Amino acid sequence: MENALRDIRRELRPLFAITVLLLLLTSVAYPLAVTGIGQAVFNRQANGSFIEVNGRPVGSSLVGQSFTGDQYFQGRPSAAGAGYDAASSSGSNLGPTSAKFIEGSEDDPATAEVDESFAGIAQRVAAFRESNGLAADATLPADSVTASGSGLDPHISPATAGLQVARVAAARGTSEAAVRQLLDAFTEDAFLGFIGQPRVNVLKLNIAMDERFPLQP
Amino acid sequence: MTLSDTSFLIVYVAVLVAIARPLGLFMMAVYEGRRTLLHPVIRPLEAGIYRVAGIDERREQGWRAYLFALLGFNLAGFLLLYFILRVQGSLPLNPENLPGMKPSLAFNAAVSFTTNTNWQSDGGETTASYFSQMVGFTFQNFVSAAVGMAVLVALIRGLSRHSANTVGNFWVDLTRGTLYILLPMSFIFALFLVSQGVIQNFDSYRSVTTVEGAEQVLAMGPAASQVAIKQLGTNGGGFFNANSAVPFENPTAWTNLLEMLAILIIPAGLVYMYGKMVGSTRHGWIVFGVMTTWLVIMAVVANVAEQSGNSNLADAGVTQDAGDGQPGGNMEGKEVRFGIGQSTLWANATTLASNGSVNSMHDSYTPLGGLVPMVNMLTSEVIFGGVGSGMYGMVIYIILAVFIAGLMVGRTPEYLGKKIEAREMKAVMLGVLAFSLVLLTWTAVGAVNSFGTDTTNNLGPHGFSEIFYAFTSGAANNGSAFAGLGVNGTFYNVGIGVCMLVGRFLFIVPVMVIAGSMAAKKRVAPGPGTFPTDGLVFGGLLFGVIVIVGLLTFFPAISLGPVVEHFMLRDGLLS
Repeated sequence: MENALRDIRRELRPLFAITVLLLLLTSVAYPLAVTGIGQAVFNRQANGSFIEVNGRPVGSSLVGQSFTGDQYFQGRPSAAGAGYDAASSSGSNLGPTSAKFIEGSEDDPATAEVDESFAGIAQRVAAFRESNGLAADATLPADSVTASGSGLDPHISPATAGLQVARVAAARGTSEAAVRQLLDAFTEDAFLGFIGQPRVNVLKLNIAMDERFPLQP
Repeated sequence: MTLSDTSFLIVYVAVLVAIARPLGLFMMAVYEGRRTLLHPVIRPLEAGIYRVAGIDERREQGWRAYLFALLGFNLAGFLLLYFILRVQGSLPLNPENLPGMKPSLAFNAAVSFTTNTNWQSDGGETTASYFSQMVGFTFQNFVSAAVGMAVLVALIRGLSRHSANTVGNFWVDLTRGTLYILLPMSFIFALFLVSQGVIQNFDSYRSVTTVEGAEQVLAMGPAASQVAIKQLGTNGGGFFNANSAVPFENPTAWTNLLEMLAILIIPAGLVYMYGKMVGSTRHGWIVFGVMTTWLVIMAVVANVAEQSGNSNLADAGVTQDAGDGQPGGNMEGKEVRFGIGQSTLWANATTLASNGSVNSMHDSYTPLGGLVPMVNMLTSEVIFGGVGSGMYGMVIYIILAVFIAGLMVGRTPEYLGKKIEAREMKAVMLGVLAFSLVLLTWTAVGAVNSFGTDTTNNLGPHGFSEIFYAFTSGAANNGSAFAGLGVNGTFYNVGIGVCMLVGRFLFIVPVMVIAGSMAAKKRVAPGPGTFPTDGLVFGGLLFGVIVIVGLLTFFPAISLGPVVEHFMLRDGLLS
């Protein structure tokens, strides 16, 4: 018994010293060193890769934001907060056989304070077809009607962007060919064809659209 | 599988195989106290720590003293973290003025990070201050990984020594693992992440007016330093709620590839190190082969399941074929920049290791696609597995395989020249049974009570899968989730907390018992009845034991969840 107590006491000093010293190294020195070097060498990236338009930050090139106007390419549905809430990242977490996910749900009049209405795949498909003037049986790319894991996906697939060209061109009073040309310039490919995916950064493309084809006042 | 996904898988596995040997040799040198490239920088630091702490690095401990030092260190870490989370509202580095956590949440989070699980009951950016993330979580991210490696090294010493009564010095192993392996790798990796756009600052959340004139608030913080260690230390706790799906944690295909490699490189290196240190590199490679085979099979299954998509979407007018400028497949919960293959491979890496970070939402996977991460965790994560914990968990299965082989030929089983006897088998069975007992019991209780079922995000079998996944993830110390389940109530916070403790320490204790008793044994010369553990037959047997013992236990539970849902999906039924 006395031996055991002596053993425990002998381990107390290493216990406290190691805890304090490793804590200082791993949670103070390490993040501060990364912050110091990161801020000095990769200042723009470390602070969020913000894009400025006319000297005013409009968002991060890495983070999606909501677009609703006809003159803009629109991103994917988002489950982050009320949509593209970059302080509340989230996917829908709805499973493949969820009725809410596939068929959507309507607001329950019995509970006035909560809004249960939810646009499911059926509603999203219909809305996408209508806003882009597509045929009632047009098939849509998978990413165009599904929410991303973060709710902040900055990209859409080239196919999803392509279906929006006619609408954007009409809203901006320019030709489809001109819009498509700009879209092609903003379509990025997978590195070596397999690292990453073909994609279009919606925010960057829309900023370029505003510059090249400004809306007539 | 598409050509690009196949290429990606091949490159991934090739890099993993190529890195295992050099990294394994480096780690071996570290734990044997030999000189490495990093000595000029780190050795003075290491020696200084021993001086302050009063540690004689040549004084070794017996398995009991080693284990008690480990448990004491974890208890102190748990109490410290619990305290920080409770009072974070009055601590510095809290620009969003987040309040202290309630007791059940703080308990759950403190257990979660000390057990290397990083299960998060409530989202990163919405509940934990920068102080909690840095001082609380990052510290445990490092040391819980170093503890896992220390247990493995002690076990290796037990297996490779004979007639010995010590297995090493816990404090020395802990310090070396942190200083020479985890810190330098994390530091370099974090800087790479920043260069790609992972944020690293202490600003308050930033508000911008978007192109369309709306307001968007972007969460900020020191993400890169935490992301680096959460991947390398198989911790997995995200800086943000949606983890590595969030662009600020994982912005590009390159960060994705490297974060995915970071999950498995240390576990892969440890397998090589294990073989080398116990004196049979061939045995190490056979185990490595079993793991790689499992990884490739599961990666292909998940890929095919997700790429073939959701038939309900096809019926609604969505095309899920890859090509023609779109990734196709089941894209709900997945990012366009990763597509199907680079999401499903991540889902495998993260659940084979005890990582638990995600770059896509497993809850929205197809039934068979979502079954893959579940099955991976149900092996108790011995396929590469967590840092340290994967390989020492695998030793449990190896001993079981050798024991079964011994039963078949009617001889006392041997492993690495030591007899496997009743004491070791009791320890092995304790580890195997405690894992399944705790997770199945809690799942059963949750599935039949309203406090368990009220917070599922999905109905029907998928709701059951959410509950089953949660307790599995806890017991396996994984930390990933079918994240729709609301788990911030007392039932889940306590239940998953208990699962995490059992899953961690009822493996560590038996493993240390085995380490001690194997160290004390005499070595016997291999005879004609010795079952060789460095051949393909052993590899096949080991694979079979993992499938039978690890998985058949859970077959009924799997049937109630993913299997039923698969048939619902086939017949177009919704719930």
